[in-house]
Amino acid sequence: MHPAVSVVFFTTATGAGYGLLALLGTLGGLGYIPADFWLGFIGMGLALGLIAAGLLSSTGHLGRPERAWRAFSQWRSSWLSREGVASVATFVPACMFGIGWVFLGRNGSWVAAAGLVAAAGAVVTVCTTGMIYASLKPIAQWHSRYTLPAYLIFAAMTGSVLANALLQGFKLGSTAVLLAALLATLAGWAWKLATWRYNDRLEIPTTPNTATGLVGGTVRSIEWPHTEENYLLKEMGFRIARKHSAKLRRIAQALAFAGPAILLAMVFFLPWPLGAIASVLAAVAQLAGMLVERWLYFAEAKHTVTLYYGRQ
Amino acid sequence: MTCLPARTEKKLGLVIDLDTCVGCQACVTACKEWNTGGHMAPLTDIDPYGGHVDGVWFNRVHSYEHTTELGGRTVNFPRSCLHCEQPACVTVCPTGASYKRASDGIVLVDEDKCIGCKLCSWACPYGAREFDTDVGVMKKCTLCVDRIYNDNLAVEDRVPACVAACPTSARHFGDLGDPASAISQLVEERGGVALMPELGYKPTNRYLPPRARSERAAKVDAPALEPIRAEGGFLGWIDRMLSN
Amino acid sequence: MSKAAPRGANSTPSQRPLADSRAPDEGDGVETSPSISDRTAKTTCYMCACRCGIDVHIKDGKVRYINGNKDHPVNRGVICGKGSAGIMQHYSPARLRKPLRRTGPRGSGEFREIEWDEALAIATERLSAIRRTDPRKLAFFTGRDQSQSLTGWWASKFGTPNFAAHGGFCSVNMAAGGLYTIGGSFWEFGEPDWDNTRYFMLFGVAEDHDSNPIKIGLGKLKARGAKVVSINPCRTGYNAIADDWIGIRPGTDGLFVLALIHELLKAGRVDLDYLLRYTNAAVLVVQEPGAADDGLFVRDDAGNPLAWDRVAKQPVNAAGPEAKPALTGSHEVGGRRCVPVFQLIAERYLDETYSPDAVAGRCGVSAETIRRIAAELAHVAFEQTIELPIAWTDWAGRRHETIKGRPVSMHAMRGISAHSNGFHTCRAIHLLQVLLGTVDVPGGFRFKPPYPRPAPPGPKPCGKNTQPMTPLDGMPLGFVCGPDDLLVDDDGRPTRIDKAYSWEAPLAAHGLMHSVIRNAWAGDPYPIDTLMMYMSNMAWNSSMNTVETIRMLTDKDEAGAYKIPFIIYSDAYYSETVAFADLVLPDTTYLERHDCISLLDRPISHADGPGDAIRHPVVEPDRDVRPFQSVLIELGARLGLPGFVDEDGSAKYRDYADYIVNHERTPGIGPLAGWRGSDGGAIGRGDVNPNQLQRYIDNGGFWHHDFSDDQRYYKMGNRAYLDFAVEMGFIPKAEPIVFQLYSEPMQRFRLAGRGHGKVQPPDAERGRIEAYMDPLPFWYAPFEEDAVDLEKYPLHALTQRPMHMYHSWGSQNAWLRQITSQNRLFVHHQTAARLGLADDDWVWIESVNGRVKGQIKLIDGVNPDTVWTWNAIGKRRGSWGLKDDAAEGNRGFLLNHIIGDQTAASANGKRYSNSDPVTGQAAWFDVRVRIVKCAAEEAGFTEPQFERFALPPHFEPSPEVLRFGAAFRMKREAAE
Repeated sequence: MHPAVSVVFFTTATGAGYGLLALLGTLGGLGYIPADFWLGFIGMGLALGLIAAGLLSSTGHLGRPERAWRAFSQWRSSWLSREGVASVATFVPACMFGIGWVFLGRNGSWVAAAGLVAAAGAVVTVCTTGMIYASLKPIAQWHSRYTLPAYLIFAAMTGSVLANALLQGFKLGSTAVLLAALLATLAGWAWKLATWRYNDRLEIPTTPNTATGLVGGTVRSIEWPHTEENYLLKEMGFRIARKHSAKLRRIAQALAFAGPAILLAMVFFLPWPLGAIASVLAAVAQLAGMLVERWLYFAEAKHTVTLYYGRQ
Repeated sequence: MTCLPARTEKKLGLVIDLDTCVGCQACVTACKEWNTGGHMAPLTDIDPYGGHVDGVWFNRVHSYEHTTELGGRTVNFPRSCLHCEQPACVTVCPTGASYKRASDGIVLVDEDKCIGCKLCSWACPYGAREFDTDVGVMKKCTLCVDRIYNDNLAVEDRVPACVAACPTSARHFGDLGDPASAISQLVEERGGVALMPELGYKPTNRYLPPRARSERAAKVDAPALEPIRAEGGFLGWIDRMLSN
Repeated sequence: MSKAAPRGANSTPSQRPLADSRAPDEGDGVETSPSISDRTAKTTCYMCACRCGIDVHIKDGKVRYINGNKDHPVNRGVICGKGSAGIMQHYSPARLRKPLRRTGPRGSGEFREIEWDEALAIATERLSAIRRTDPRKLAFFTGRDQSQSLTGWWASKFGTPNFAAHGGFCSVNMAAGGLYTIGGSFWEFGEPDWDNTRYFMLFGVAEDHDSNPIKIGLGKLKARGAKVVSINPCRTGYNAIADDWIGIRPGTDGLFVLALIHELLKAGRVDLDYLLRYTNAAVLVVQEPGAADDGLFVRDDAGNPLAWDRVAKQPVNAAGPEAKPALTGSHEVGGRRCVPVFQLIAERYLDETYSPDAVAGRCGVSAETIRRIAAELAHVAFEQTIELPIAWTDWAGRRHETIKGRPVSMHAMRGISAHSNGFHTCRAIHLLQVLLGTVDVPGGFRFKPPYPRPAPPGPKPCGKNTQPMTPLDGMPLGFVCGPDDLLVDDDGRPTRIDKAYSWEAPLAAHGLMHSVIRNAWAGDPYPIDTLMMYMSNMAWNSSMNTVETIRMLTDKDEAGAYKIPFIIYSDAYYSETVAFADLVLPDTTYLERHDCISLLDRPISHADGPGDAIRHPVVEPDRDVRPFQSVLIELGARLGLPGFVDEDGSAKYRDYADYIVNHERTPGIGPLAGWRGSDGGAIGRGDVNPNQLQRYIDNGGFWHHDFSDDQRYYKMGNRAYLDFAVEMGFIPKAEPIVFQLYSEPMQRFRLAGRGHGKVQPPDAERGRIEAYMDPLPFWYAPFEEDAVDLEKYPLHALTQRPMHMYHSWGSQNAWLRQITSQNRLFVHHQTAARLGLADDDWVWIESVNGRVKGQIKLIDGVNPDTVWTWNAIGKRRGSWGLKDDAAEGNRGFLLNHIIGDQTAASANGKRYSNSDPVTGQAAWFDVRVRIVKCAAEEAGFTEPQFERFALPPHFEPSPEVLRFGAAFRMKREAAE
């Protein structure tokens, strides 16, 4: 699949945004994080900013963005529509929570309720995003039991690493949050490794034989229907060399998991502001690493249409 | 609505005979020509005279070499929308632009509702959907919905353009939901297959496999020729034949 | 053809409309009944040479779409990939807009626009001067036009013998091989009996020759389960669906066929009765080595060939219905020792040199396969005979209660034709058909009227002597019967610029267009003044040795004048050749013109009856262009050519349409055969009918006459047919057509080569004449094979035309070029592995003539000793409305660059045209190559590259986006 910048950014940004929102909504609403204007302002601004930027970016992928409102109509069948509904719906409690927590400096009662609902909305939204990909049968690397958990884990991971950076930055570091960020990062890494391992060993029942109905032996493409690349190949025929892919996997692991894990582990032992710097570095590295990971997530995903073009 | 109809009254579709298709591209341009002025007009061509030409087409013909232990064959393979019974391209559509008709099972796009998210093309395993970057919407085979019911055409012309054009008679059209229809019987008789059945889309269209080296192959059971062994050889044989 | 409904080819129950084609009440707002057209015009396609009937639907003044005409005998409603893309040809950005006069150097593409009056005045002045002095100095050669009956007649009236069309580089071997043997040939001359054949053999086809009829036919065979056997080095297209694909080595088909004949003869599986009735198998051939009549037929005083009556034991008129001719034995007649033709056939082909074991290695086909095919042919021909319950009467008046047939049919085209041994190979295929008794019988190969004609047909070529201001005695092209008919001077030198009908190409029935540029450049046999060409891309894909050809077109003498002094060219599009013209006459597209597809020319008849057709303007040109035929008629009038002016010197014909209706070639016979006579009631022969064109238009643009059942088969000896053919003017007399298995005309050339007769070849030519004018078909290695080091050049290189392209035309077509804009060189996996090549590598393809660079694609479906590519995809930058980055000019390549236009020097040091020595057919497919991986920095682009052409004045740059059809929708929706 073509790793379009808009979509790569969208899944990275909204994942982190919803993760952070869920954490702030829960911890802030329930009072585990004190209601501090600047912390709240920056935290919620970051969460909602990431979400909004991601959603806006994803509309860059649309051919007719002015009709985007129509996407809320088909929630009964379409995960994309559900995602649209959930993402927009989540803004309502999120904003309420933001007003209460940041501007009114409150927690508990309706602010807590709004925070919890926003957190739930964030989880639901991330689930719908994951399901968009997990439900696509033509892409075996996505249509697997690894996809939905991956979205949730990565959202939790990037969200908690961001939350940790935020708290550390405000000298409000919490061992629990730090530990959660570290564990989530390690979980994300493990999940990614397991996913790659699964995908690398995937035996896809769909083959050039089943694609053409020609039974037995080999089916080899000798001529395409067109000389130049068409929409299908540009959108779904992306190819990445094995060597290139291995290198990017290493980079993704270093930036998204290994680096942040080390930095976060160091934070346990580092005094302020070094711990804060390490925490922020961990978050930045992880987001950069996740962009690479998301890019690979698309680049390594093979759509069945490529079977027709002998690109498998 | 992108929820699928529980059942459709008809299952209109195409049957393509891979034993007969010579890969001449007749169906390809007949489709392009009809549809570029038809229901989904235009089928835009970007950079039509340049080095990165990329147009919208609803039907494309691939060529493959199929090699088994019994030998090889070149197979020309037309590929277009299969008007599936379980088309995920429809259910993933967030706007209701994609839909499957309850009456005849044709899968269509309502361009006015399409936001161009392209997800339907991701959901289609067969590559049947093509995005018109110029208009910003997804386009696809309409099974010539503006031909097969068209009162302005003579009744005999109310078949998809690709079927009307095909010079080798390799394309067939009809109701695959009716086991008594001529097209269903053709599928039955020739062992027609569905593409990627394992994905569960339940395509309506069927492909008839090549017959060479199968039990359906054309054969001549000729005994080996025996040289004339009689006196005088061949010329003597002629003399005898003519003296009869 | 059955008249029963439903119409058209695709009308099986699974191809029909829904039983109830009323729109269901879906409620989705889809307009299921949009209005399609304001009017529909029925005319004839010109996207290739097949000439199918088309319905052109016009909406809002534009062509909305084009579909096949269901009533048309050629395509019966189907349409090919090109036909449906006609819109894009018609609206091509490469269309010429106005007459052009060269301003820059030749080949630069620098022109200024001029008015038609000036253009015609320039041409008239130039041609008039030539006609007043030496009419031969006009060489007029046309390409793939379909008006050769007019253009040839024009040349004849001008007085130049230097006329031909593209047949010499296309398929004259097939035409001549057939016409000299059975009085007919493949494609326009005949077709398989698709409805009855049970075994179909297909040799080396070009898929734009008779394409839709063959495809319809293959569909029928497949539906019926008849067996299809293809003999072709490439497994594409029709070969892909064959039940049996025989991937023969190029140029060895003749050997393969003669081995089949060997097997059939050895087993006595030949149709003796058929041979006696319809062939010259029994005719006695003089066997007196050294004598002037050696190898000629024994004839009576009236000139009738004699046979030996095996009952009466005496010579007898071989054509006599009561004769009981012998097919074997040695006899003495009038003191001459002689044997029947068949004895010679048996002796030659029973020889072990033609046994399957002897030929297998060379052909790349196992002896076992050859034996199997021979057995299958014999089995189907003799054990699965057909008998139609239709009574008929033969030429001698004998009534037959049924029509018997042997359901084996064959078709052959370019793969046979385009070799230097193609003529004899074609004759070998016809010999095989005739031995099996399968010509014009049910289930066999069937003639299309006006064929069969006497073998060879009537008129001889004219133009041996030319005089200023004097027309030729007849048409420039015809059929020679011996050395006396050659167009050579007293020293044996050619009198035509292309050397057709000379000792170098005696049976050159279509001329040698491919040798004109070289000969004109070299002044051999004489210099010319003006080269006038129409619709043939001679500066690119229609010439061999392109690089050299371009140089010859632009070469100057010491005085700085072009060696070919003046070039007039007419084309509808900005092809590579336009840039080399001094004067460009822009033609129309096929939807803007009149044309006639005439029985006098290249007919479109069906085996079940003759037919012809017209084109008529269905849209008006939006440019200052004129149909070339009308321009030619006007030039004829301006020059005052006889036949083109009335007695008072005024133009006889207003334009081509006027000519089509009013011209009579002989009294009562004109370009169109339908609706003749003042009331339109006559066919074939009849007075001029002023309403004829309208009658054609009313009938869908064509005329077709259906034979009665008893006229459909055995046309070579069928009284009802022969009488009809005479009435129609197809043949002069209702006499049987005798298949010439042994060709006496060829033997006459041989005898001249041996020193007999008054017209003698130059000594240097005697060896070639002796070798190749063999009166019986034989096989010899293609010339290049003998001339080059096969170790060095181990591979054959072929080109094929994709079914969706017609020569160079397709690349200007926005739709067709998307399908193929880069041609790959297809290489067998094993061959590539041996050469260390991988898929997608860039390679140099090298021949003795040069090298060209392209990208390879590995396949299995090709003879391993053969590489091939799609033809005419590679283009020169600046042409055809393509942008500079188009794949055609950067990655596509033209194999022509490395195909020599001349043979290697022969023993006597002479280089001949790279052609068949009998007919002059261009030997495109003889070329031998090697492929070498190119250096890394050389990969990714083709070479040789040429300077970019300038665009003609007022050419719009081609559009960046094409939204064809959007306007129809906008208008439609606005109206809703």
